[in-house]
Amino acid sequence: MVGLKTEWEIEPAPRECTLAEYKGAEARWCPGCGDHSVLSAVQKMARDKQIPPERIVVVSGIGCSSRFPHYMSAYGFHSLHGRPLPVACGVKSRRPDLHVFAISGDGDCCAIGAGHWVHAIRYNMNITILMLDNSIYGLTKGQTSPTTRLGRASSTHPHGAPLPPLNPLTVTLGISNVSFVAQTVDWNPPHLSATIRAAHDHEGASFVRVLQRCPHFTGDVYADALEDRSHVLLMEHPDGIVLEPAMRERLKNRVDHDPRNLGEAFQLAARTDVYPVGLFYRDPDAVRYDLVTAHGLGKTPSEKLGAIEEAIERFAI
Amino acid sequence: MGAELVTEQSTARAAVEVSEHIVEIVSDSGEGAQTAGQMFADLCARSGNGIWTVEIIPAEIEPPSRSRAGASGNRIRIGSSRVTNAGDEADVVVALNEQVLYSRIDAGALRPGTIVYVDKVWGESRDPEVRARYVEAVEDFRRRGYTVIETPIESECRKRTKDPRKGKNMWVLGMLCALYDLHEGTVRDRIAARFGRKGAAVVEKNLELFSDGFRWGLENLEQRFHVHAVPVETPTVVMNGNQALALGVMAAGIEVCSMYPITPATSASHYLAANFENAGGIVHQAEDEIAAIGFALGCSYAGKTAVTITSGPGFALKTEFLGYAVMTELPLVVVVVQRGGPATGLPTKIEQGDLMAALFASPGDSPKIVLAPATIEECFHLIITARRLAEDFRSPVIVLSDANLATGQQPFAKPEPKEAWLAGPVDQSDWDSKVAPMAWDPRTGLSKRPIPGQRGGQHVLTGIVHDEWSHIAYESGVNQRAMAMRSRKFAALASALKPPVVHGDPEGDLLVVGWGSTLGAIEEAVDRLRADGRRVSSLHLRFLSPLEPGLKEIFQRFRKVTTVEVNYADDPDAPLINDETRRRSQLARLLREHTLVDVDCWGPVPGSPLPPGQIATHLATKLDELGRES
Repeated sequence: MVGLKTEWEIEPAPRECTLAEYKGAEARWCPGCGDHSVLSAVQKMARDKQIPPERIVVVSGIGCSSRFPHYMSAYGFHSLHGRPLPVACGVKSRRPDLHVFAISGDGDCCAIGAGHWVHAIRYNMNITILMLDNSIYGLTKGQTSPTTRLGRASSTHPHGAPLPPLNPLTVTLGISNVSFVAQTVDWNPPHLSATIRAAHDHEGASFVRVLQRCPHFTGDVYADALEDRSHVLLMEHPDGIVLEPAMRERLKNRVDHDPRNLGEAFQLAARTDVYPVGLFYRDPDAVRYDLVTAHGLGKTPSEKLGAIEEAIERFAI
Repeated sequence: MGAELVTEQSTARAAVEVSEHIVEIVSDSGEGAQTAGQMFADLCARSGNGIWTVEIIPAEIEPPSRSRAGASGNRIRIGSSRVTNAGDEADVVVALNEQVLYSRIDAGALRPGTIVYVDKVWGESRDPEVRARYVEAVEDFRRRGYTVIETPIESECRKRTKDPRKGKNMWVLGMLCALYDLHEGTVRDRIAARFGRKGAAVVEKNLELFSDGFRWGLENLEQRFHVHAVPVETPTVVMNGNQALALGVMAAGIEVCSMYPITPATSASHYLAANFENAGGIVHQAEDEIAAIGFALGCSYAGKTAVTITSGPGFALKTEFLGYAVMTELPLVVVVVQRGGPATGLPTKIEQGDLMAALFASPGDSPKIVLAPATIEECFHLIITARRLAEDFRSPVIVLSDANLATGQQPFAKPEPKEAWLAGPVDQSDWDSKVAPMAWDPRTGLSKRPIPGQRGGQHVLTGIVHDEWSHIAYESGVNQRAMAMRSRKFAALASALKPPVVHGDPEGDLLVVGWGSTLGAIEEAVDRLRADGRRVSSLHLRFLSPLEPGLKEIFQRFRKVTTVEVNYADDPDAPLINDETRRRSQLARLLREHTLVDVDCWGPVPGSPLPPGQIATHLATKLDELGRES
């Protein structure tokens, strides 16, 4: 300020967002539901990165996990069944300043919203997609989902799911222009947090599948892994999901995997003998559609009027 | 070239003065009849004639040649003053083969006396079957009373080009200019503008063909016409309805057009794709119709105004999201360029069958604003209105255009865009966190919304029943209040509207009510009947939800009220149809419910615009019935 001594300038106190500032309504998920750990991981990451809550938009579909935005204190868009991805892409298209999260479930993403899933991955806009996969329709009371295991009984298939499950990882890896595919589990909060953080860091559409248990309908599906940690295969690489040494040590079954290696990513993603966790694939050079949709941002009203007048003039007689 | 033509013109026959004429050019798809028709219309408009055009479009891109269903072309109605509709039967038809002409005969586009210029090349074909069909058809045309002039179109073009299929249309344009006594003044510029991108050689070839056709016309045409033109003095533009919609989108300051390809809506998006970026907007081609509206709503939530443009089948897919926009009070402009339905229906043809779908699509009570432009000019201006209403009333606004407006061209006063028409910048100031994101004004139901980025305005939109904080609430009282507040907004809007203006006397025997693209044809029919002393008036609605006020009072000043609309109604004289079983046209149903007046209807669905003559005939019958009753 001209005329004032520099030491007189008042520096506004730096804004410090506390964890409480990211917390919304009390979560109404069942006790033991994996959604709780994902929520708390996202809130902590936002706090750690000091993302202003008003710059966060959480878009979800319909299902248990899609109640997610209500439990955040941020802008939220609890959309329609299967449709969070088009909405999230729309939010991001002209607002590069917003941090956009899309929360979907296995039914929401892989069944009713499957068309959008394929295209949102290909659009590769800078958004974080969390697919909370408990391999069942929970909110509608236990129907078979696309990821329900073969032979598992459900309300719609009391004699067991008739088909092998869809593998969301290999499907996503097979989509052109895919740029980030990771998997984590609800029962390992450090890995979950590290994965979500890496997904948010990535500039592009990051797809994270979280293996979860629904305490009501699928509480037992990962009993093998909980009993014996060697059922979990930790994928490691300096460019991958990096764990604290102590946490890393607890998972003995590890494999080196370069996330630039798509072929190997496919092989790992297709494994059914173990649950691979970590980063399958990352391509920082994939084309980003959000950079395309941002074209023309910042035009002044007079520039716009000039262009419109010129366009109209071409029809003049 | 100009001087040459002027000297030759003196040898030509004098042109007969006519107040208006209807010309059609039809060809196989891909022969450029549409281009020739558009350019002819453009030239007429530039010389100061009123025009209205209708595209004649086959369902396929390049259907088999010389087939009836493959006819492609244009109808141009030229007048010495403003022309508001496509008119009745054609005065002149130029057909590049005799088979495509049959499709126009089937469509009722010709009358005895129509002058038909048909390319006689087919009578000289090496294929005896083609020759025979041509000879047979020409005889048939003469029997039907058309004045058939066998014209050497292709053989004349062959003198100039080896591939006449690619130049016949310019020759025909030249011939038409001679036929209608148009001076070639700006033709060179227009041809250069149209074909410039294809290079100088193409421009030159087209100019030569045009010139050949013009000269041939002057030397050979037995009859020539002149439609008096008043030179254009005020700034005027000529465009079709989809171009007007697209320019309206730009002038409204909308930033995103999110769409999925569908006929006949897509050409509006094509125009935007080529021109939007200069005005700071983008076109997003989504993976499907649902994603297109979802993306648009995402933009809208983030404070950027968006439009999604579609037709009937696409609109059907969007209805769940439309209900979401109603529930969450998200602004959105949805343009529906109607075609025939249900299902795939008549993809390239006109119908006004989506009124009920627009009003009632989506489960539950989902009130929204529905507007219908009646002219090409209104296609432009109503988008600007729609954008503002969407934001002020936090509501989806559906703009119902149709295939007739989409492809029809008409001159209108050049719009002067204003900064006030543009959407304002996104508000990023702090939001008072004590103010709810849906703080409904209890009288009007209106509220302001916080935009992502506004500190203190964090909230979660949800399609589940919610209170003014957008908090999920299943209690019955909350639902009752939220429903009332969302409904009240439309009463608030209705109370701000003016009653519609009656065309003709404010009272009489019969009142005709219409909406959308039928305006010009209805008013022309009414004017013809009024000139005969019949007591008939008309009224045209632009607001269909909420309806414009005062309708009941207006209706009560007439002995009978009927709608004329292009959507199906049972014929009252058909078997089993009586007052109880009769299914009526859509506006009629709406007006009956709204006014409790016994509104009749006429709802033909020919797949083509209603000609004023047919409307007049129908109304005359109704007036005769009324006369017998009294």
